[in-house]
Amino acid sequence: MTTLAFDASADPILQRRTEIQRVAAASLKRRKRSSRIAIGVCWAFLGIAIVPLVAVVAYVVVKGLPAWNVDFFTKSTVPEGIPGGGVWNAIVGTAEIGLIATAVTVPVGLLCGLFLAESDGRIAGAIRFTADVMTGVPSITIGIFGYIAIVITVSGGHYSALAGAFAIGIIMLPVIMRAGETAIRGVPNHLNEAALALGARNATVARRVVVPAAMPGIITGVLLAVARGLGETAPLLLTIFGNQFLQWNPTKPMEALPLVIYNYSSQPYADLLQIAWGAALLLMVVVLVLSIGSRVLAAVLQKERR
Amino acid sequence: MTTDDNPLPGGARRGSRFALPNSAYRAILGAVAAVFVGLVGWFLVSIVLKAQPAFSTLGFSWIVQKTWDPTHDKFGLLPFILGTIETTAIALVLAVPIGLGTALALAYLVPHRLRAGLSTTVELLAAVPSVVYGLWGLLVLAPLYRDYVEPFLTTVLGWTGLFDGTDQGVGLLLAGSILFVMILPTMVAISRDVLAVVPNEQVEGAMALGATRWQVLRKVVVPGARTGILGGFTLATGRALGETVAVALVIGNSNYIAHSLKSPAATLPSLIVNNFGEATGTELSALFGAGLVLLVIGVGVNALARVLVRNVASTGGAASVAVA
Repeated sequence: MTTLAFDASADPILQRRTEIQRVAAASLKRRKRSSRIAIGVCWAFLGIAIVPLVAVVAYVVVKGLPAWNVDFFTKSTVPEGIPGGGVWNAIVGTAEIGLIATAVTVPVGLLCGLFLAESDGRIAGAIRFTADVMTGVPSITIGIFGYIAIVITVSGGHYSALAGAFAIGIIMLPVIMRAGETAIRGVPNHLNEAALALGARNATVARRVVVPAAMPGIITGVLLAVARGLGETAPLLLTIFGNQFLQWNPTKPMEALPLVIYNYSSQPYADLLQIAWGAALLLMVVVLVLSIGSRVLAAVLQKERR
Repeated sequence: MTTDDNPLPGGARRGSRFALPNSAYRAILGAVAAVFVGLVGWFLVSIVLKAQPAFSTLGFSWIVQKTWDPTHDKFGLLPFILGTIETTAIALVLAVPIGLGTALALAYLVPHRLRAGLSTTVELLAAVPSVVYGLWGLLVLAPLYRDYVEPFLTTVLGWTGLFDGTDQGVGLLLAGSILFVMILPTMVAISRDVLAVVPNEQVEGAMALGATRWQVLRKVVVPGARTGILGGFTLATGRALGETVAVALVIGNSNYIAHSLKSPAATLPSLIVNNFGEATGTELSALFGAGLVLLVIGVGVNALARVLVRNVASTGGAASVAVA
């Protein structure tokens, strides 16, 4: 039986394997060392990334909270040099602009989303791509559009909150469209087909079956779009002009929280800076509540459905 | 599938009493989509038309001329185009390695229990309004840069000539740094997403072959997610190029080409927002022209990013959130 034994050193494959094992073992120490260094660098970068981000949030909270008092939420902004005042006019402006923009863009965006979800042709592809690119267009150029289209062309040179809402709406629209399409495409096909098999028309299927089923995703998308729209500053600078008095009429110039932050941050007066920090905290809280709320709401709705 | 002639009696017909015929439904959807296309068209046409007077009075060369002096009818955009490129470049030099390292750490190194929480936090930070970053940059970071960072960099790297001039805090370097902080969450959220979906079999296969942790990341994970990472970085670049208020607050706003990293400068968006209030006639048209140049650059970068990221961004993941 000894004849079955073969000479291992003659087998080329085994020879190669031994060679590889030798090289790998010889380089193991070096490879482990460089791995440790590189992984260490990754950890260091994580640290470097966390420090400024935490610092921004911490500073805004620490500097902004002292500004929060009754006056801050109930009084309007005052001219520089005069103590006191709040941001009530800016809260009204931001809320009103946000509401108008949302009320108009949600139905339009949702119908566009339905259109995109139900079409696969070249035209739909082009619209989808346009919407994607529009979500990344520099917001100041959309502010220019709001200025040209509404301030100059429609209202003959008058700044207004409506122009601001128009610009903010243009920023929100593609976000809602794409989020809506994604959510609608996520609805299982058999729901669709079951409704059609029962004799429902397409519009009924969309209204009664598809859109309700896609609601968690749609709500998430809408809230994220609102969060993004409320934080925009540049388009508002070119459209709503700012107004230190309380103004409810959206056809007139209005104040908004981002404008207060932007205009007050370069002022030399401590009390105005205080208000800027307070407004920054308020804006950040609103945006974060919308972002977190969208996730929580989506999770809850998702769970209910199961 | 057409249900226009509903054959069912009674209840089934009642349910569809308010339902539109399919053709009308499709027509409405098409019309609304056409409204969107019309808005985008109006957007492009209005900017081109309003910028046109600047091009017809000044020709095309004003875009690359270096003097911006409205009182003498000089509207060179070169300082602002350079400022836009320089601030974005500073932000990217910092954000690319740090963003990639952070994303790798979040996707593979941080203990499992912390991963979801940290990743969500990063995504939420991407939603913080840019004006808040600007406020922080101007009131907190600028004094720090003036008193510590800039003197230190001048001592260490002064021989390169990049840090000539006085320490002012505000300037190119600070603007680039703020953009870095601002685009970091976007970059990390997208990169983390695409890094995390590299198939486990590949990672495990590499480990089984005796690769070290870093070799797995470097040779398997990063190449596997290459396109998505690139797309995420391009999107972040688009954000940096178009950022207006955060930059306008911290760049110092000078109409001259910066001669060092500490010099005040301006970008296309900051030029527009700072001069818009008082501008009339050719100057206003030139500002619209600056917007048009910015739009062309922004659309180019974004279209590239979308092509790169298109196949990678999974539905409903952080990528789509951060992109939004």
